[in-house]
Amino acid sequence: MDIRPILASLRRHRIPAMLIVLEIALACAVLCNAVFMISQRVASIHLPNAIDEAGIAEVTLNGTDPELAGSDIPRNLAALRGLPGVQAAAVVSTLPLSQNNWGWGFSTKPEDALTNRDSRNVSMYFLGSGGDAALGLQLRGGRFFNDGDYADSHFDKSPLPETHVVLVTRSLAEKMWPGQPAVGKTMYSMPHYYTVVGVVADVLRPYIGDVNSPANYDAAFFPMSAAGSKGALSHYVVRGAPRDRDRLVREAEQKLADLNPGGVAHGRSYAEIRRGYFADMSSMAWMLVLVCVVMLAVTAFGIVGLTSFWVNQRRRQIGIRRAVGASRAHILQYFQTENFLLSTGGVALGMALAFGINVYLMHRYEMARMPWFYLPAGAIALWLIGQASVLGPALRAAAVPPVVATRSA
Amino acid sequence: MLVYYLDLAIRSLRRNRVLTALMVLALALGIGASITTLTVLRLLSGDPLPQKSARLFYPQLDPSPKNSAVDSSGRLPRTMTYVDAMNLLHAHRATRQAVMALTQAKIMPPQAHAHPFFSDGVMTTADFFTMFDAGFQYGSGWSTADDEGGSQVVVIASFLNDKLFDGADSVGRMVRLNDHDFRVVGVLKPWAPQPRFYTLGLGGDHYGDGDAVFLPLKAARALKMGPQDTECYQAVDDFTHLETAPCEWLGLWVELGDPSAVAGYRRFLDGYVKEQVALGRFQRTETSLLDLMGWLRDQHVVPDDVRLQVYLAFGFLLICVVNTVGLLLAKCLRRSQEIGVRRALGATRREIFVQFMVEASIVGLAGGALGLAFAELGLFGIRHQPAQYAHLAHLDPAMFAFTFVVALVASLIAGLLPAWRACLLAPAPQLKAM
Repeated sequence: MDIRPILASLRRHRIPAMLIVLEIALACAVLCNAVFMISQRVASIHLPNAIDEAGIAEVTLNGTDPELAGSDIPRNLAALRGLPGVQAAAVVSTLPLSQNNWGWGFSTKPEDALTNRDSRNVSMYFLGSGGDAALGLQLRGGRFFNDGDYADSHFDKSPLPETHVVLVTRSLAEKMWPGQPAVGKTMYSMPHYYTVVGVVADVLRPYIGDVNSPANYDAAFFPMSAAGSKGALSHYVVRGAPRDRDRLVREAEQKLADLNPGGVAHGRSYAEIRRGYFADMSSMAWMLVLVCVVMLAVTAFGIVGLTSFWVNQRRRQIGIRRAVGASRAHILQYFQTENFLLSTGGVALGMALAFGINVYLMHRYEMARMPWFYLPAGAIALWLIGQASVLGPALRAAAVPPVVATRSA
Repeated sequence: MLVYYLDLAIRSLRRNRVLTALMVLALALGIGASITTLTVLRLLSGDPLPQKSARLFYPQLDPSPKNSAVDSSGRLPRTMTYVDAMNLLHAHRATRQAVMALTQAKIMPPQAHAHPFFSDGVMTTADFFTMFDAGFQYGSGWSTADDEGGSQVVVIASFLNDKLFDGADSVGRMVRLNDHDFRVVGVLKPWAPQPRFYTLGLGGDHYGDGDAVFLPLKAARALKMGPQDTECYQAVDDFTHLETAPCEWLGLWVELGDPSAVAGYRRFLDGYVKEQVALGRFQRTETSLLDLMGWLRDQHVVPDDVRLQVYLAFGFLLICVVNTVGLLLAKCLRRSQEIGVRRALGATRREIFVQFMVEASIVGLAGGALGLAFAELGLFGIRHQPAQYAHLAHLDPAMFAFTFVVALVASLIAGLLPAWRACLLAPAPQLKAM
């Protein structure tokens, strides 16, 4: 189809044409960035985490006398293991995404310790006996802790445990000893040192930065005896079949509250922990989705409104074209092509704008660079919306009978 | 004349109901989104203590060694060691000064069969209440002598007083905290600055109902109550005695009356740090003394996402305005002949222009009213989100008025181009076309 007459006609209606171009450009720019933000949040919300998330129920027990932990903890665990449907129970110091973080600097060289820039901040998890099974940790090399490791380990006055064994995540092992097997290596934090006995699949930290942060899986697991834990072990983990989980939350909380009248027990499922951690992000993602949908609707209505007006204004012209032999398809095609040209102009401007906004946000808000395919994807979306919105008015135009041309307006 | 324009405008708007509804709806959606996000931003970036914020300052210094892992960000630590906090506190170089750390307190209600529960507590020193304008419903704060003597006294929040003592004057009664008895010396009036500026860097939430108990630092520490957040910059042999450990866990706030006092305190702080360097305790001489709002900005209290939402909402509003421009223009060009007649009958260009602007502002006001409904709906949605600040999201009178200003300005901008086009139309060709 010859586009020259379309261009000539658009030149006669410069302002409405420019308005459509501008609206599409703005919509394209906002849409690309908003969809990118949505995708980033969705990626965060679904960060992988190698524990049995579906089967874990948790009860925190605080306010009990740490001096009595040695007898309290075994009694509490025995009671929890007696609940129907419990496959494993243990007590740990914290859980991934629980916001309760204990981070410390570790290095591969004894002299670095905490004061050196080369030391790496690692989130520490303390596992009571059986903690590996209760969490559902997945061994990738070496071994889990044995009874001897648990029995030997305790807290003294230092914030680091008195033990000599540690489990590390695969990410941490790869960063501390790149390309080498981590099992058997030693990590240091003056004056303590720990030998890696096992490597586990990546477990998230209790508190993470953004989704792209390379430090999200920098975690290590230490054994801890009930008697020597000095109050550090307060998260009771009960593992069962996913369908039992909500019942286990209630029953485990009730059980621990009954057994420890001086303490405060609070139960929730692991799914709730994850939901709670990412609550702000998921509500932001939903808001972005809502804005995108409404924005596209507004853009479409704008195109419908302007094109309808356009068609009305040119009824006579269309009638003449029909009278001199143009088919309905020709008229339809005319408006579709016209909209395609306007959308292309808008999309070109919009992609430049989208890129500019992304660069600004990267500088100002530590946002990641938008992958290139967002731009063509946004372009195609707006092309489709333009074509769909113009269809109605264009069909009405095609329906103009040739006889209109012979009437005076 | 204006009444006539109003009449004309309403007639014209009623002639194209669908188009008018589309314009109003689009504008209202844009306004609703921007006012909702702006309300949240204002809530989050507000001044928690407007009458006092300019006189409150947060000193910072850095005890960590050179080449330290803690300082790789290049920023000063957010908190202080016990030694430094006490040195600065006891120097009494400001009008008022208080150190503070957050803790979790297990509270045992006096009622029989009641269950203990955990609440936020602040371990602090005597000046806290007068410095932060925390008013008392009953009793008062404690004295400096109570600080030094480690008295087991407590100031409780009004919501805790309601819960434990049914709101009665509880001064002199006992509250059981972490299995120890504390004597109530004061009950605060409802006091919960938003954001909870004094706990920045100490761990805990930035928004919410505020703290339940306030107790003297020394007494709380004697009972082994720990801070929520601790940063250590050197290997620690004894973590149980945080008072001597190389760890930062206390915030210090000072009240300074005038600019000369601020300059004086700055000199004092620099002098203190140089003295510590000479003593070999410190290796770094950087200090900072930000005022309250400066400290909030420095700590990025407002989440980035909230700002992004505001940008997005205003981008959306812009799209809606462009849309309204297009639709108004379409309407106005369709009425070329009517304009021609009015011009031929003697209407000036100015009168045509005013007529179209009146029409645009009617669309704007309608969009504003509907936008307000959308904003209320949006805020209702936000109040049901799990964010800490969610329940505080309400439309205040200023934002209510601002909504209409935004709506009017947006619609007048949208109306400018169509009205200008309309008043430029030459009457003759339009009449001929009839």
